[in-house]
Amino acid sequence: MASVTADASAAEAGSANEQPVFYVTDEHEHAEGGSTQLGFWLYLMSDCLVFAVLFATYGVLGGSFAAGPSPKDLFDLPLVALNTTMLLLSSITYGFAVLEMQKNRVSPMLLWLAITGLFGAAFLGIELFEFTHMILEGATPQRSAFLSSFFTLVGTHGLHVTFGIIWMITLIVQVRMFGLTDANKRRLLCLSMFWHFLDVVWIGVFTFVYLMGVLR
Amino acid sequence: MSTDSHTSHAIAPKTGHDDGHGHGDGHPVSTFKGYMTGFVLSVILTAIPFWLVMSGALDSKTATAVAILAIGAVQIVVHMIYFLHMTPSSEGGWTLMALIFTVVMVVITLTGSLWVMYHLNTNMMPMDPSQLP
Repeated sequence: MASVTADASAAEAGSANEQPVFYVTDEHEHAEGGSTQLGFWLYLMSDCLVFAVLFATYGVLGGSFAAGPSPKDLFDLPLVALNTTMLLLSSITYGFAVLEMQKNRVSPMLLWLAITGLFGAAFLGIELFEFTHMILEGATPQRSAFLSSFFTLVGTHGLHVTFGIIWMITLIVQVRMFGLTDANKRRLLCLSMFWHFLDVVWIGVFTFVYLMGVLR
Repeated sequence: MSTDSHTSHAIAPKTGHDDGHGHGDGHPVSTFKGYMTGFVLSVILTAIPFWLVMSGALDSKTATAVAILAIGAVQIVVHMIYFLHMTPSSEGGWTLMALIFTVVMVVITLTGSLWVMYHLNTNMMPMDPSQLP
């Protein structure tokens, strides 16, 4: 309840005819978690700036091969296409999970969430395969400025996906224990934003890093 | 802020945020149709740039680069609308405000870095030993 207090000066004036000035001393009520979505969006925007800086670094250093391997020698576009497919599929399956959540159907929701996690894990597996392949060929982050910035940018994205999967597993356990409560729904929608945001960043990665790199 | 909205709020605090406080419902409505539209568009917009680069359909490299960057930008917008449910009115417009601000910052960071560092590279690096003083 918001308590309303008469303005002190108006009270001192004491004139009954004048309209007293009111103001609210308490913060008005917010439904619990009412601002979570906006807050999480703001976090995503700050994360966006992190990626922007990493993209800028890659843009500046991406051509400094130090007589080492260039993107043309290293990048395997069919593998990247497969990777992109995994992430795209995980986006739509997360969408299906959200649709089941809106219908309050727990088991199908958990199933779609698990499938999303598996696609995410497949994406990570392919990326790690690519990384180990490159490192075994001698294209380590220490080799050139291009490779340092490449591993930092793509690795940061991969790390985000890793934490997304951990979050997904946590939410599967949470929903199994407590059901689709309001708090769990809110968390699922936050993870949805996070997951789709990572997909948006990946669009930048495969366009700017892989395709432009092979084109260069 | 009128006192009216506060009084009505105090009387019925459970009515939620529909009293003009400026935050939306917070629960974007997702539909199967919306997700499928986004997915199909997204698959097409992913396939085209990969095909362009892998087949070399366009003779000019510059044209290919411009095309894939443009398609990438379109795909980002598609994801924003169909997957992230961005609308001008969500959360009372604050998500869009934050997005516009972020886009401005991202553009300044990217173009600024590339521009400055490109000129630094071309203007300050000796081309070959004969040009050294």
